Amino acid sequence: MARRLSVVDVERCVDCLLCALACARRFGEGGLARSAIAVRSAGGVERGFVVVVCRACSDPPCLAACPVGAVEKARVGVKVLADRCIGCRACVAACPIGAVAWDEERGKPVICVHCGLCATFCPHGVLALEEVGGG
Amino acid sequence: MDRLLPRVLFVDLTRYRFWVEERPELFRDRLGGTGVGIELLWERCPAGTDPLAPENPIIFAVGPLSSLFPLASKTVAMFKSPHTRNLGESHCGGRTALALRLAGYGALVIEGRSDVPVYLAIHGDKVYFRDSRALWGLSSSATVGRILREVEPGSGYRTILRIGRAGESRVSYANVIAETYRHFGRLGLGAAFGSKGLKAVVISGKGSIPVAQVGRYQKLYRALHDKAVRSELMRKYHDLGTAQNVGPLNEIGALPVRNLQAGRYDEEPAFTGERLAQGYLGRRLACTGCPVACIHLAALREPHPIEPYFYKTTFVSYDHEPLYALGTMLGMEDAEGVLKLIDAVEHAGLDAITCGVVLAWATEAFHRGLLSERDTGGLAPGWGDAATYVEMARRIAARRGELYDLLAQGVDAAATRYGGAEFALAFGGNEMAGYHTGPGAYLTYLSGARHSHLDSAGYAVDQEALAQGRSLTPEELARALFQEEARRQVLASLVVCFFARGLYDPETVAQCLEALGSEWDAASLARLGEDILRRKHAFKVREGFSLGALRIPGRVAETPTPHGTVDPDWLRQALAAMSRLLHGEPS
Repeated sequence: MARRLSVVDVERCVDCLLCALACARRFGEGGLARSAIAVRSAGGVERGFVVVVCRACSDPPCLAACPVGAVEKARVGVKVLADRCIGCRACVAACPIGAVAWDEERGKPVICVHCGLCATFCPHGVLALEEVGGG
Repeated sequence: MDRLLPRVLFVDLTRYRFWVEERPELFRDRLGGTGVGIELLWERCPAGTDPLAPENPIIFAVGPLSSLFPLASKTVAMFKSPHTRNLGESHCGGRTALALRLAGYGALVIEGRSDVPVYLAIHGDKVYFRDSRALWGLSSSATVGRILREVEPGSGYRTILRIGRAGESRVSYANVIAETYRHFGRLGLGAAFGSKGLKAVVISGKGSIPVAQVGRYQKLYRALHDKAVRSELMRKYHDLGTAQNVGPLNEIGALPVRNLQAGRYDEEPAFTGERLAQGYLGRRLACTGCPVACIHLAALREPHPIEPYFYKTTFVSYDHEPLYALGTMLGMEDAEGVLKLIDAVEHAGLDAITCGVVLAWATEAFHRGLLSERDTGGLAPGWGDAATYVEMARRIAARRGELYDLLAQGVDAAATRYGGAEFALAFGGNEMAGYHTGPGAYLTYLSGARHSHLDSAGYAVDQEALAQGRSLTPEELARALFQEEARRQVLASLVVCFFARGLYDPETVAQCLEALGSEWDAASLARLGEDILRRKHAFKVREGFSLGALRIPGRVAETPTPHGTVDPDWLRQALAAMSRLLHGEPS
């Protein structure tokens, strides 16, 4: 069964960024350059947080916006073909929730692949992989 | 590319210039954080510099583990202290370490003085000097943060450091606030900012950090993460925060009450960790990279003073230290009063610990007739009177009148003018923290490089000895605290939160560094720790400090600790032993 990453309990988020740092470690590096998940405060940390990550749309606007076919449908969500991508940022502009991150160092988009690594490092139950029901 | 952080960003506020220097040997030999910070302070701060002069450098440094390993969440600030006039060193969590490192720097050095108020915006390679005349004089440090959040980019990967009114008016213990609820609290970094016309520093960065041995790094990270989330520390400090210490310290009579006239309340205080969590806890927060999330915010809901049927909700960060200093030390009875006072002190940008001890001294001096209502400007400070303390904190931040101008320089300055030195609770010029556990706590306050309870945590040695029913000789205590403080120099150079000291034993640290391509072993790390500590002590000695000349307030020997009454002569023997260790006797 295909599973996608989901923000299940944002109230428990403490802004530790362990998710975003875990995402970058997929590539064997530290930092945030290639992190596909972002956390920011909802207007001051006392008001809580917004966790921004790809929702694995069934009809993804990022894919529709790409002029060179560098965004492909994957089993869950999309896949970026980095060698085809011309770095125009059309996908970034197209995503209505801002879930297409930008890798400034390489000039390419970063989109969640729903591997769930971030959820395994979230100590507070904010993130989880959920089964995709019927697309 | 960040290969163990060799880049140092220099900013000159006098000429509005900035440049980067590569210092790979410095970071190779001294790791980062406090190890690098003290070397840069030796290089950049001439002997006898006035702490409020343009020549006093403000140094921020992170370390090789910053952002790469769990709980490597702290940034070290190093400067000459406007409060003690020797070593200024303060550590802060929040997001500063991540932002500075991912902006591409191991350290940031700010020098000079701007003749118009400015704030610095550092976004990766770009550095901007921005006019802050419209921010200068705002009554609340929180408003400064609110404005900068709106006008600066980098939400989610930036830090916003700012001062309040107290920093602008150069109160010698003004703090610098990060992310609204964290602080470079002690020794007056805020006054150094104010003296440079520097209202705030915003740093954002989201670069990558390459790792030498990827497989080993991943494995180590996971092991440390698993160990951290399963630890006792995690349960204790996630649930209740550091406020969980209030109840147990009261129980054993080690909690300073009413300017240390007592060591406990007869009944449990209304603001223990448990009671605050039940009545007020509104949110938990973490520093970047920390699973523990020890930061606890109280949601204080109060009726609006004018508008009927309307309530305002204020979030107030509470920890053990402010609950002691602005709570028990001032004889506060109700939780709401303490939270309101903490909030006022935060907005003014004062160090909570020093401010509380200063207000406690003023209250006792007023009761004893050393201060009159003419001195206090018509105020009558009394134990538990939160409203009066709020007003006094405001006047201190504004330095209004002779008394408040002196209170703005700490208890030593005030006692020199008005008397009452025997109950002026500062050690080495820095006001005491919230532990009256026994001789260990006091030896730490006296001999710690920063005169901070965290330097060598003598309070923990006291509590351990109490549990084991034994007592140490002065020499044994000095040795134990020297070794602990030396060990903490390594943690503060990596830079790892001291709460994680159980996680990062020397072998683990060596493994982490090896995965990052840096060769250390337990023995070389131990040598480095001692060396850094001695370098810090030598800086203080150059600036006129002497362990032998320290004042021990009489009050300490009057109020019994759980170890009985502390004997000043015994402490002097321990100080003599510490002095020998700091001057090179093998530990």
